[in-house]
Amino acid sequence: MVTLQLTRVSARYGRRAILEDITTPRFQGGQVVALLGPNAAGKSTLFRRILGLLKGEGDVTISNTSAERPVAYMPQDTGAKAVLTVYESVLLARMQGRSLKVQPEDLAQVDRALEELNIASLGERDIGDLSGGQRQLVSAAQALVQEPEILMLDEPTSALDLNRQINLLTVLRRLADERQMLILVALHDLGHALRFTDASMVLENGRLIACGPTEEVITPDLLRQVYKVAARIEPCSKGRPQLIVEEAV
Amino acid sequence: MMTETTVAAPLSQGRAFYRTQVFRRQMILLALVVALFFSLCVDLALGPARYSLNEVIAALLTPDSVSQQARVILWEIRMPVALMALVVGASLSVAGAQMQTILSNPLASPFTLGISAGASFGAALGLAFGVAIIPAAIEFVVPLNAFIMAMFTAFLIHALSLRRGVTVETIVLLGIAMVFIFNSLMALIQFFASQEAVSAVVFWTMGSLTKATWPKFWIALGILAAVMPLLARHGWALTAMRLGDAKAESMGVKPRALRLEVLILVSLLAAVAVAFVGTIGFIGLVGPHIARILLGEDQRFFLPGSALCGALILSVGSVISKIIIPGTIIPIGIITSLVGIPFFLFLVLNHKKASW
Repeated sequence: MVTLQLTRVSARYGRRAILEDITTPRFQGGQVVALLGPNAAGKSTLFRRILGLLKGEGDVTISNTSAERPVAYMPQDTGAKAVLTVYESVLLARMQGRSLKVQPEDLAQVDRALEELNIASLGERDIGDLSGGQRQLVSAAQALVQEPEILMLDEPTSALDLNRQINLLTVLRRLADERQMLILVALHDLGHALRFTDASMVLENGRLIACGPTEEVITPDLLRQVYKVAARIEPCSKGRPQLIVEEAV
Repeated sequence: MMTETTVAAPLSQGRAFYRTQVFRRQMILLALVVALFFSLCVDLALGPARYSLNEVIAALLTPDSVSQQARVILWEIRMPVALMALVVGASLSVAGAQMQTILSNPLASPFTLGISAGASFGAALGLAFGVAIIPAAIEFVVPLNAFIMAMFTAFLIHALSLRRGVTVETIVLLGIAMVFIFNSLMALIQFFASQEAVSAVVFWTMGSLTKATWPKFWIALGILAAVMPLLARHGWALTAMRLGDAKAESMGVKPRALRLEVLILVSLLAAVAVAFVGTIGFIGLVGPHIARILLGEDQRFFLPGSALCGALILSVGSVISKIIIPGTIIPIGIITSLVGIPFFLFLVLNHKKASW
């Protein structure tokens, strides 16, 4: 099963340090890990660093993988300008680094990714005509179609309505459980993190200030310190922990 | 071109549509090839001595079956010109297509990036003052000057684009700055040059296929044939570039390296084309846009489609340049703009979907 571990990882843009000295436990396939933190905490930078798009000190160790490119990444930027259909744009993500000839297996994977995310009906639409939420799901399909062992998604629910947020997170949970993928997902909704993720990493100003099982990480103290809100966490009637925000402090 | 074997499983809606789309695009490419062949034959048939299409096709297939005179006129005089139109049209259009792709800018073309203006300046140096940037046989001084200045412009833009903080938008601005610089230098040359030299420069900048010869054709074809597979190799990555750098990177593309390689390749294409036939307007801009409307931006179709559209526009332009005023061949650069632009506007305005 694939594993991912960060050891003293840093990253900088020019002289400005964005990430400093981030060390995590070893995450493994089957886990859904939330990446939490306020805006500009360094979440996207951490994804880019893991993907190798940024250089820096420290080690990103990915083990037990046979894939040439084990990591797929869905950036926040859903970039949708080209004259391409949804189907083509997902196929495109699949075909990077492969020959020009499309195999039936590639088309099957495109179908699977679109169906997985409930957007098979959008296949013929031009990506330029999609709504923000639809673009976000297409972007997720572009990551999924690469059949990664580690899937990283940068705020994949930010443009989705509530129904689609829950659907997407349910799909991610299932992918982790069924395909033993390791999923790293940046989220702003801590309620979603509590419900759908196993572990959480909390970034603030480029430093990892908490990392561990989500229920242990998300505490009233942390919410006050990082998110500047007064909040309680109480079990709901079904026994799941629930976040109740009282006020900004 | 790809072919796909059918699988037994029922096709999803998206896949069925994709299949239809692929088939339609293959048919469009085929239609363009047929149209191109037809246009080539008409182009060969027209001129001071007129031949029927049957005679042209006979001369093409079995040169021995037609008269000695027809054979010489068709094969030795008109053929290099007609074929040059195809190769130059294809080269300029592919250059424009990939400039638009890697710079994500619908206005990018060999002209807006200053490559043509650089070539014109180099040619003008040779025509007006007999300056040879590199000593060469007299008939190659002007094209060689043009080529060197075009490549110099391209490399200057590359070098500047490597500086920190230079974005894709800045590259296009740099190109436009180049256009203005070279236009000023051209004006300066024309100010100091003799009347005859000025006419020669003006004629050169109009662009004319009549400068084509067999050796020039083979050089231009060789460059095109070498560059096309190198571009095709990056087909998927180039298509991904149109989704933006962040998205392309997330798919494993290295945008900066790809941009640099492709910019060098297409500068070469454009420089050779412009060096041999002069400034031929708008093919590099319009060819790719027409291809995009017909075929979308999947490079498996867009790349050959751009080449075919560019070749077709220039070939049809060549035909029109011969028939507007019988007995006079109007410089093709004038025709492509005059005829190409209205056609282009018609397509853009009548196209129901967004074309950029």
